[in-house]
Amino acid sequence: MATSSFSRGCFVFKPSAKKKKKKKTTVDLESYFTDGCEGAESSETRFKLCLDLWNKIKTETEDLQDELNRNILDSLLQFTRKCSSTRRHGNWASQMRASEIPTAALVLGVNVPDHDITFQSLSELLRCSVTPHVASLQAKECGALKHLMKRVLERLMDAVVDDEEEEEEKEEVQHSGAPLHKSVHCSLRALCDWYSSKTKKSSCSSSGKKRSSSAVDEHQQPPVVIIFKDLEAFNPKVLQDFILICSRYLDRLPLMFIFGIATSPSTVQRMLPHSVSSLLCIELFQSLSCTQHLTTVIDKLILTHSFPFKLNGKVMQVLVSIFLYHDFSVRNFIKGLQLALLEHFHSQPLSSLCCRKKEAQIQLQQLSAGDLDRIRQLPSFNRFLKEQDQQEQDNLQTDDTYLKEVCQKLLKGLHKYHKNYYPVLRCLHTLTSSLPRYPLGKQIRELHLICLEKNVWESEEYQSAMKLLKMLAKDELISLLQKCAEVLQPVKSKKMKNAFVQLEELLDKFKQLNAAAELAPSVEEKLTCPVKNLQKKTDLFQLQKTLLEMNESRRAKRMSPFEVLRNEAMEFVDGLVKNHLSPPESKPLYEVCYYSSSATVRRHLNATPRTSIQAALSSPYCYIQNDSLKSEDGSVSNAAPDICIAHKLHLECGRLINLYDWLEAYSTVVSAAEGNDPDPDGSGKMDEVKHARFIRAVSELEFLGFIKATKKKTDHVARLTWGGC
Amino acid sequence: MEGLLEHPGYDGEKLRRVSEQLPCREVQAGMLLSLMGEPQQYCYPSLFIYGHRASGKSHVVNVLMKELELPHVTVSCVECVSSALLFEQVLLSFFGCDAASLLPRSPSLSDFVRIYKQRTSEFPSKQTRYIVMEQAELLRDASVNLLPALLRLQELDNVSVILLSEIVWDKFRPNTGCFEPLLLHFPDYSKAELLQILSAGRNSSYSAEFYSSYINILLGVFYTVCRDLRELQHLAALNFSKFCEPVAEGKETETHKLWKNIEPHLKKAMQTVYLREVSRSELSSGFALHVLPYYSKFLLIAAYLASYNPARTDKRFFVKHHGKIKKTNFLKKNEKTSNHLLGPKPFPLDRLLAIFYSVVDSRVAPTASIFSQISSLVTLQLLTLVSHDDQLDSPKYKCAVSLDFISAISRTVNFDIVKYLYDFL
Repeated sequence: MATSSFSRGCFVFKPSAKKKKKKKTTVDLESYFTDGCEGAESSETRFKLCLDLWNKIKTETEDLQDELNRNILDSLLQFTRKCSSTRRHGNWASQMRASEIPTAALVLGVNVPDHDITFQSLSELLRCSVTPHVASLQAKECGALKHLMKRVLERLMDAVVDDEEEEEEKEEVQHSGAPLHKSVHCSLRALCDWYSSKTKKSSCSSSGKKRSSSAVDEHQQPPVVIIFKDLEAFNPKVLQDFILICSRYLDRLPLMFIFGIATSPSTVQRMLPHSVSSLLCIELFQSLSCTQHLTTVIDKLILTHSFPFKLNGKVMQVLVSIFLYHDFSVRNFIKGLQLALLEHFHSQPLSSLCCRKKEAQIQLQQLSAGDLDRIRQLPSFNRFLKEQDQQEQDNLQTDDTYLKEVCQKLLKGLHKYHKNYYPVLRCLHTLTSSLPRYPLGKQIRELHLICLEKNVWESEEYQSAMKLLKMLAKDELISLLQKCAEVLQPVKSKKMKNAFVQLEELLDKFKQLNAAAELAPSVEEKLTCPVKNLQKKTDLFQLQKTLLEMNESRRAKRMSPFEVLRNEAMEFVDGLVKNHLSPPESKPLYEVCYYSSSATVRRHLNATPRTSIQAALSSPYCYIQNDSLKSEDGSVSNAAPDICIAHKLHLECGRLINLYDWLEAYSTVVSAAEGNDPDPDGSGKMDEVKHARFIRAVSELEFLGFIKATKKKTDHVARLTWGGC
Repeated sequence: MEGLLEHPGYDGEKLRRVSEQLPCREVQAGMLLSLMGEPQQYCYPSLFIYGHRASGKSHVVNVLMKELELPHVTVSCVECVSSALLFEQVLLSFFGCDAASLLPRSPSLSDFVRIYKQRTSEFPSKQTRYIVMEQAELLRDASVNLLPALLRLQELDNVSVILLSEIVWDKFRPNTGCFEPLLLHFPDYSKAELLQILSAGRNSSYSAEFYSSYINILLGVFYTVCRDLRELQHLAALNFSKFCEPVAEGKETETHKLWKNIEPHLKKAMQTVYLREVSRSELSSGFALHVLPYYSKFLLIAAYLASYNPARTDKRFFVKHHGKIKKTNFLKKNEKTSNHLLGPKPFPLDRLLAIFYSVVDSRVAPTASIFSQISSLVTLQLLTLVSHDDQLDSPKYKCAVSLDFISAISRTVNFDIVKYLYDFL
């Protein structure tokens, strides 16, 4: 009794406790943010900005996800609808397959963390438009058939099972404490009964009824959809049994499966023998690849001026390489972005200026003197300062209001820079992305990274790309330029409008050229006349001379009007690039918008447990911020924790370590720390406390995998790491 | 119709319906009927019916039970994860809910027998009750006394147990001995019988002759490779629309020309008999190749090398200056059989990582995500964990991908795997 009431108490109080906690955390979020944050005075506004931006990013990505998944989800929905309708008044072919469970195999790719969102929106959509009965299952909660059944019933019947279970549990504790017995509740028969009562068809419950009779009131028979989120991870035996059971109830329960597959569709065949897979009628659906997904996310979130927060090249590189090298997960990429955002607003006091132009102006006026000093200390501002004359420099250093004015201009400049940067980047990408061997990268993110790093026009890749562009054929070039024009057209900035007009003019010229070429194909003729002359000459010297002349004239004349125009176009593009694609580091005040600490991001997202253990052992100061532990040149202070000392000592040994020697050394070091003579009475007896401490340190090292016991020599342990002193 | 079922004690009309539903199984049905006797007569205590998949075992029994309205319960042994579920289903359908609720929490066989006896004395049945157990081979895994008890359940009451299985009785016999059931074999359908059964499922908008000519063609193609009725039904349904196309367009009616038309489709379907829709799509081949993260690809390559190369050869492949280990020395003492014929061998995590670090072209920090990639490769079933889940200390893996797969993967990362494989030296 006591135990049952205790557990019940837990269940009753848990939710309310949770709620309280939640409230607290929402309140506390801000104080978490402001706690230990640089420049505390503006932290509130920064917190608000950060939250706003994050919410914006979140909704944007969710929309994007919906947009991208729409196709596949739509076709899936259609499939479910079709299945449930043909079930009722099917034609011959579907009747032939009536004994098969309709199954959608959804191939989603290996980026498993992203699948959750897809399945969530899928089940929501299904609930809204097809059927209220949707259950999604994860492999880790369905270890055995019993659990699988239980989950299915729980999810489909909602709280019904839960309540009964709880009661059962109670009873059980009272009675015997035997393992849960849920035969009455956890079988598909129970589900059938529940379903028929739900659909209000009493006749359904008698097992004799067949499909034909159930077609009478068809609209009350929504399908029961079961989603297996990660098919690969399911135990094949469990899955097979479940499908076998389900197929027995198919005439009473309009079941439908959706398999989430990460690798390839042949997994189904590998997991299910023919006797089982023949019970399924599988249709295949394929989702968008994750790299495409990332491209769109980057396009929407990063390559746009509407988000004031930016990543610098290195951070971007870290995030992209985590994606490409490690997990292929867009969700993790966005998490990384969130981390960078949070870190930026947390650690950069001037980030209060990182917002829309107008708000930034207001924020600028409210900056404190300390913040203005921070502006003066910014490296980019210093660079800007050095370019000014002496008078101006003094003004900026001393006059706060003047500084604010200048900063206002600089911020405006930064916004303008962003407004022009992205369209030009896109133009350059459209021009270069189809070149052979992709000198500037296939994806726009690669080009973006190059541009963030350095002056792109100084790079070899850019030169070679330009050379290739200057060899393009007419129609190719025109279509590319037209695409560029499409990119530039909607941009509202003045310079881009100008550029658009110029580009249009160029295109017009190309078109005129086309028309002209049709009228007069005369170039060929001119070229042929010197050849006629050539035939007359017989003198060798003359011949040589004419040949040379011909060569030269050909070189000069080779520049057809099209070529001239092409060069002009390329110069125009080159000009655009040089004007607008300079790296952000060159802009004053760029630190306001750009987050640049790639090491932090890497440390947080791509953890290296071994390195941190090593660091903790060799320099404990970086974790235990105690001044007495501070040490120079990599040595360990003798006041360090026991394990650090033991670790340091073991580094000095070879492959095999004599435990007694180790203990001696350890005790010497520790006694020195305590200021004692290591062996005061000379008896050679070890202090028992020290002995115990040493043993503990050694077993900790063993646990961490630095040493292991060996049978080669008694009283020795083997080192498992190389290197050391 | 030949072989109409006749048996005293049953309604002639019902028997006619039964025989209509059981084409080509009249002999077996008649045999069953005569074993069962009249409804109130005792049947043989237990019957064991065996035969291949889709040879009509469950169908015959179920149709007999349903059409003749005999008291029965059909239990699938797959569904009965515990014997409790079995007892409950039996009691539920014979005596209703209240009997089932009498069962204690985890009932033993004697609980079941007790309740059954008690109930049957309260509600004696005039007719023989039948317990039909499908997939009976799973009973072998249930508790030892369950099967022997079921076989002689008749000692309680007028009840018979019918076991259906794909496995012969010899494989069932418990070593403690038991009551021997009566064995009944359902042979496979012959070609003519298949033709008859398949033709029965004709499309109502086409004539019977037309459809049976289609089935004839279908059987002509597939009978050599597939005699499974269900698979054939599937194939028939799948290809019929193609067969009908010329007819629907009003062009052809001649069987020969229709055959010409359908032949290539059937030939194509031949490639994928037994493989359902999944494999039909072009996507299946080579889909997974390009969609692994960069390091995962190298981890998989390293795993493959570790699985198929003997550990002692690692030095030769991965140490830059491996000294005087000559190829010939290696080849001389090697085992005759190729490692690829023997299949993948297990390897410890350390070896995998060591090979990984030496094959990957850049310096990689041993980050947590490298390790998590290994475990995600395991969940994707590209690697398998050989040692027990609980063993945290140096787990062992096997690589579960084929040579074709791995060479395609290594091609995407410009890694020449053949050069590193001991078998191809």
